[in-house]
Amino acid sequence: MAINRRSFLKGAAGAAAAVGFPHIWVKDLGQAYASGGEIKVGVLYSLTGTTAVVEKSLHNATLMAIEEINAQGGINGMKITPIVEDPASDPATFSDKARKLVMGDRCVSVFGSYTSASRKAVLPVFEKRRNLYWYPTLYEGRECSKNVIYTGATPNQQQKDFIPWLTENFGKRFFLVGSNYIYPKEENNVCKILLEQLGGEVVGEEYVPLGHSEFSSVLNKIRDTKPDVIFSTVVGDSVIALHRQYKSAGFDPEKMPMASLTTSEVEIAAMGGEYGAGHFTSAPYFMVHESPENEKFVESYKRLYGADSVTHFVSEPAYFQVHLFKQAVAKLAASDISPENIRDAVQGEELMAPQGLVGIDGENLHTNLWPKIAVCQSNGQFKVIKQSAERVRPLPYWAYQGQSCTASGLKGA
Amino acid sequence: MEVFISQIFTGLSIASILLLVALGLAIIYGSMGVINLAHGEFVMLGAYATWFLQQYAGIGLIPSLVLVFLMVGSIGWVIERGIVRHLYHRPLDTILATWGIGIMLQQLVRLTAGAELRYVELPESLSRSVDLLGINFSVYRLFILLVTGLLILLTWLLLMRTEYGTKLRAITQNREMAECSGIDSQRIFGLTFAFGAGLAGVAGSLVAPIKSVSPDMGTHYVVDAFMVVVLGGVGSVAGTAAASGILGEVTAGMAYLLNDTLAKVIVFIAVVMLIRFRPQGLFSQLVRK
Repeated sequence: MAINRRSFLKGAAGAAAAVGFPHIWVKDLGQAYASGGEIKVGVLYSLTGTTAVVEKSLHNATLMAIEEINAQGGINGMKITPIVEDPASDPATFSDKARKLVMGDRCVSVFGSYTSASRKAVLPVFEKRRNLYWYPTLYEGRECSKNVIYTGATPNQQQKDFIPWLTENFGKRFFLVGSNYIYPKEENNVCKILLEQLGGEVVGEEYVPLGHSEFSSVLNKIRDTKPDVIFSTVVGDSVIALHRQYKSAGFDPEKMPMASLTTSEVEIAAMGGEYGAGHFTSAPYFMVHESPENEKFVESYKRLYGADSVTHFVSEPAYFQVHLFKQAVAKLAASDISPENIRDAVQGEELMAPQGLVGIDGENLHTNLWPKIAVCQSNGQFKVIKQSAERVRPLPYWAYQGQSCTASGLKGA
Repeated sequence: MEVFISQIFTGLSIASILLLVALGLAIIYGSMGVINLAHGEFVMLGAYATWFLQQYAGIGLIPSLVLVFLMVGSIGWVIERGIVRHLYHRPLDTILATWGIGIMLQQLVRLTAGAELRYVELPESLSRSVDLLGINFSVYRLFILLVTGLLILLTWLLLMRTEYGTKLRAITQNREMAECSGIDSQRIFGLTFAFGAGLAGVAGSLVAPIKSVSPDMGTHYVVDAFMVVVLGGVGSVAGTAAASGILGEVTAGMAYLLNDTLAKVIVFIAVVMLIRFRPQGLFSQLVRK
C-alpha cells in the first residue's frame, strides 16, 4: 500500500479526532457529575447590583440548605459542593456565569435567579446543554421548559382563592395597578378572567415605569373611580412609594384595601409597618406561618444571618428546593447522577416544606403549593387569615385556553 | 371640578419636589458653571442623614432638616475644596469628576449603611390628610410645598440682599473683574457649592418619607433636576421655579389623561424639542462671557 501525502493526512486527522476528542463518541462521561465523593451545584444569585438585596437572601437560604444537608452526611455519603457566582443583576452576565457553571465546572444543577429577565437569559444555556435550573420565584407562568424546576407560585396558585375572597369581603370593582413589564400584565390577565367569572368589573388599569415613585396621578384616578379593591402588582422600590403615598392621600385600608401579589416582609420592613397595615397579600408562604418546619427554618436563618433578618415567599422556595434536589439525587445510583435523571427523579417528589407538604408536578415541573391570604399588621409581620383547603396545582398556561404544559412539552400552542 | 383642583394640586406637589431637587443644582450650575453629576447623590446623602439621625439620635424629621443641611453642605464644601476647585478651567472634566464622586458616594453608603431600603418616619401631625372645599389634601405634600416656598424665598434673599450674594453675582458676571475688585472668588465658590449641596440634602430628607431610601435613589433625581435647569435657563432662580411648575403640571396632567409611562415620554420629547429651538432655556439671564 502506497502512502501518499493526502491519505496520510486523512488518516492522521481521523486518528487525532478519535483520540483527542473522545466526547464525539462517548456521549456522557457518567461518573463525572459525582466524582470524588462530591456533587457540584451552581449557586447563581446576584450579590451586587439593583436586585442584590433580595437575591442575597435567596443566596443565604440556598447555602443554609446545602450546609444542613452536608451536616447530616450529604447525599448517600457524597457532599454537595456549592460553586458560587455573582451575576451582578445583569441578564447577560447571568448567561455567561450559567455557561461557566454548566460547561466549565460541570455542575449537575444550578439554583438561581430572581427576575424573569435573568431566567429567560439563562434558559438557552440549560436547554442546549440539557442541564437543570432551579428557579424559586413566583412568576407570570406561560413557560414550559424541560430544563427548569419552578418552585415559586404561578398566577393561578396566587389568585384562584384570593380574587373570590376579595370580592366577597370588599366588593367587585377592582382597580389594577402594576409596574410596566410582563409579570404584572400576565397576572392582570388572570385577574380579569377571574373577575369576569365572578361578575366583577375592572374600573381602571394603570402601569407605571419600573422604579417609579410618584403615584399622585394614579391615586387621583383611584379617588375618581372609587374601586372596592386596588389590585397591585407593582414591584421593587415602587411598592414603598405607593403604600406611603396611599396613606398620606387619606385612603383607608378598611374600605379600599390594596391586594398585592408582590408585597412581602422585605417591602413592609422598608416602608414601615404602619403603612402596610390592613393591606392584603396572597402567597404560599409567610414568615409567621405556624409549622414545626417553619419554626426550624426561621430559627436557623436568624441564627446564621442575624436576629433581625426576615424570611419571605421567595427565600422559602430557595431553601426547600435544595432539599427536593437532595431527595431526587438520593434515589439515583452515583453513576446515574445526571441533570436529566435528576429531573425524572424529582417528578412527583414530595417534601414537608415550611409552608406545608409541597410536591413537584409530574407534567409541568412546577410545584404544588399551599396558597395563603394574609393581612399585614403594624408590627411589620403578616397575619394569615385563610389557607387554601387543599394543595393547589400549578397551571402555567391557566389564562390561555387550549394550551397546557405537559410532560412532552407545550400542547395547543 | 374637584378632580381638576386635586389634579392641579398634584401638579404643584410634583413641581415642588422637582424644584426642591433642582434648586441646589441651578445655583451650582448657574453661578459656577459646574455640571455637578453628583447632585443626585447629595439628595441621597440627605435622605440617609435623616434616616441616621432618626434611627440613632432619635431626632425627628423637622428638627433634622437644619442638621442635614449643615451635614451635606459640609460634605459639599469638602468636595469643592478637594476636587472641584482644581477643575474650574476645565469644565468638561468636572462632569467626569463629579460622576466619579457620585459613584464613590453611592458605594460608600452601600458599604456603611447597607444596600437594603431604609425607612424614614413621618411625624404624626404630618401623616394625616385634610379636607378643604370637599377635596382631600395630604398634609405632608402641603408641608413640602410650604418648605419649598420658604427655601426659594431664602435663596432669593441670600442672592439679592446679602453681601455674599452680591459678590457671587459679580463673580458670575465676570470673574476676573470681580477678583480685581478684591473679591475672594475661591471662598465664595466653596460656600456656593456647599449651599447647593445643602439644599439637595434638605430635598433628600423631605422626599425620604414618601419615596424609598436606597443608595441608588439619586440617579432618578439628577435627571429630573437637569431637565428643570435646562428648561428654566441657566442662572435664574425664578426661571427654575417656573420650569418646575410647568414640568410638574404637564407631567401630572398627562399622567391623569393618559398614564405615567406615556407622560414621561411626552415630557422628555417636549423638552428636547424646546431646547432644539431655544437652547438657552425659557427664562435665561444675559451674562457676559
